[in-house]
Amino acid sequence: MTSKLNLDKKVIDSARNHARSIAESMQSFIDEHTTVSTERTVLRLLGVDGVDDVERPLPNVLVDEIKDAGGLPRGVAYWIGNAIRKTGKSPQEIAEAVARGELDVTKLDQGSVEDARKAIEPYVDESLAKIRKQTETRNNYLETIGEGRRPYLYVIVATGNIYEDVNQAEAAARQGADIIAVIRTTGQSLLDYVPYGATTEGFGGTYATQENFRIMRERLDKVGEEVGRYIRLCNYSSGLCMPEIAAMGALERLDVMLNDALYGILFRDINMQRTIVDQFMSRVIIGYSGIIFNSGEDNYLTTDDAIEAAHTVLASQLMNEQFAVLANIPEENMGLGHAFEMDPATEDGFLYELAQAQMAREVFPKASLKYMPPTKFMTGNIFRGHLQDALFNLVAVWTGQSLQLLGMLTEAIHTPHLHDRMLAIENAKYIFNNCRHIGDEVEYKKGGIIQTRAQKVLKDANELLAQIEKDGLFATIEAGKFAAVKRPFNGGKGLDGVCTKDDMYFNPFIEKMLGGVK
Amino acid sequence: MSKTTAVSKVDLTKIMPYGDTMNDGQVQMSFTLPVPDGDEAWEAARQLARKMGLDEPNVVYHRDLGIGYTYMIVYGKCTHSVDYTKIHVTKVESNVMDRMECIKYMEDHFNRPVVVVGASTGTDAHTVGIDAIMNMKGFHGHFGLERYTGMTAINMGSQVPNEELIAKAIELKADAILVSQTVTQKDVHITNLTNMVELCEAEGIRDKILLLCGGPRISHELAQELGFDAGFGPETYADHVASYILQELVERKRV
Repeated sequence: MTSKLNLDKKVIDSARNHARSIAESMQSFIDEHTTVSTERTVLRLLGVDGVDDVERPLPNVLVDEIKDAGGLPRGVAYWIGNAIRKTGKSPQEIAEAVARGELDVTKLDQGSVEDARKAIEPYVDESLAKIRKQTETRNNYLETIGEGRRPYLYVIVATGNIYEDVNQAEAAARQGADIIAVIRTTGQSLLDYVPYGATTEGFGGTYATQENFRIMRERLDKVGEEVGRYIRLCNYSSGLCMPEIAAMGALERLDVMLNDALYGILFRDINMQRTIVDQFMSRVIIGYSGIIFNSGEDNYLTTDDAIEAAHTVLASQLMNEQFAVLANIPEENMGLGHAFEMDPATEDGFLYELAQAQMAREVFPKASLKYMPPTKFMTGNIFRGHLQDALFNLVAVWTGQSLQLLGMLTEAIHTPHLHDRMLAIENAKYIFNNCRHIGDEVEYKKGGIIQTRAQKVLKDANELLAQIEKDGLFATIEAGKFAAVKRPFNGGKGLDGVCTKDDMYFNPFIEKMLGGVK
Repeated sequence: MSKTTAVSKVDLTKIMPYGDTMNDGQVQMSFTLPVPDGDEAWEAARQLARKMGLDEPNVVYHRDLGIGYTYMIVYGKCTHSVDYTKIHVTKVESNVMDRMECIKYMEDHFNRPVVVVGASTGTDAHTVGIDAIMNMKGFHGHFGLERYTGMTAINMGSQVPNEELIAKAIELKADAILVSQTVTQKDVHITNLTNMVELCEAEGIRDKILLLCGGPRISHELAQELGFDAGFGPETYADHVASYILQELVERKRV
């Protein structure tokens, strides 16, 4: 692809190299640590599910007991493998016995790592086969009933009640939506457990539970078959249970998951060590399952200025890309995020938005770029809001964005009403169709506003990444370079769930999902 | 030759919507009915509009939403009026000073920093409101409280438990607490704001501190009903909040 923006390939390469080196330097930290949520993920993948008599999820019951006995550094895979060998029970039966107080896996005779590995292997293989089966089902759907054209029309449902959500999702799919995201109830990101079962009570969203995932998947498959278009399902692999939710998503065939290496640190005040370790296992699962991940750079622009901070978005995208490379995620499944968030009063603001969206496309030519709609400058004037969304849609079709989270004219008023979503889909369809090939037809003036803007943002991102490489990522976050938010290394939520691995630690899923590399 | 007639004058004791002629009562609205698109749905919409007090209701657009529901845009003529001369609205009573005037006001009236702590509390994950008021950058060209020389402004971010915000206020001997609420689904903000007032009372600081709330669905009247000193809704900026706090502190002789 020739650059329409006349971007200097040497600067792009330089920025990417800085990002790679930052991600790799984090990897040694990641490899030395594990977390309670990473270990609960191993249990979920081994088939441990359900709750005890006081509604505590069994993965929590088991990991907490191992942690209290000082066994977390060795990892649950060892303890479960060893317990399988000593008791002949399955992982689920072990978890149930522990929950009833009949078994303490850390008190059994401790066999060798090799024996534990061997004992656990059939369960690992069974789980991976289940996930591969889901990938096959997805591929089969895509080959037989097909999918919508890009940019995919991506909408959110958020009623709090999964049974209401499925109706709204079905309506949206019938109106033309390609991706349905079920937004989570406010507050779930800070829960250090994943709730269990179907749920009907949430605020501003619906609990992410495995059963809720299953219910929505079932309905979307049914509607997809009827409308002749595979409908993708999206949820949030983020917060304190980031990797557990990725595992649930892999098992229930989610197609898109929000997953950002820095988001939880910056916007939910989750401890940075915890998030960096958790995001690795999440991404390994996401990569293995053929899920598209979405990073959350758009959020930087809701707290920071969309013009001044544009380079922080690009810098973060490059880091998210390199973290994803380390987790074996193909470029096509990288849903790097950015947003249309400039003040609409800005003279030539549309040109800057166009420049930045085109730049993202040129820097990440194969990525499934996720483009986010205006939110910060939505006012309650639904008529102007609808126009802002129209300009956003125009930039998207013009610059070939991949996942278009549709703007709602009622943004800043309430969670979308049923017909708000219809109006948003109608808006996008009209503009995408009416301007389908505008990007092929129009070139940008050499040295003009658009080219100059993109070149400047790229240059600034390269400089920022060089600085981060020098200072270290943790120090950069501590200094408040992203989203103007400062977070301390030992502050935030979830730090007590992080520990250093001992020399007998193993995580069979990461090993097998990465093909024996890590 | 026709004589030019003056536009009919508004009668403030009986005002009604204005479309293109005085007192034509024109109202535009849109809604969805959970029935299939068709004659019956349109008639249902017209009957509903009449019950809302709209004469000559007209369904100008309708569309099936895919699950047997129908979206409609409806016009009608409102038959009701209100007496504008009898209206009373509770408002924050302070002169709005801009940032420079606030800074000058602090220099003139205080010989110590004015301390303000704020957060989006409860389960609310949105920082857009509290950031707009407190952060250096502010919003729409109105710098935030952090940029007010003479004021110490601490923004604790989102999902802060009410208890933590209060503890911080006590620790810093704050003059005012700002609570931002963006999510209002199922009135979750009402529960949380009520809880905030109760906790302040339980901690014994309610009388010693200015308690303010803000958000897109907050009005001064609602805030006062819930036991806050003031509430700030849409289109209010750091200037409004600062002006209120400073003048109220002077009024209460807490300088």
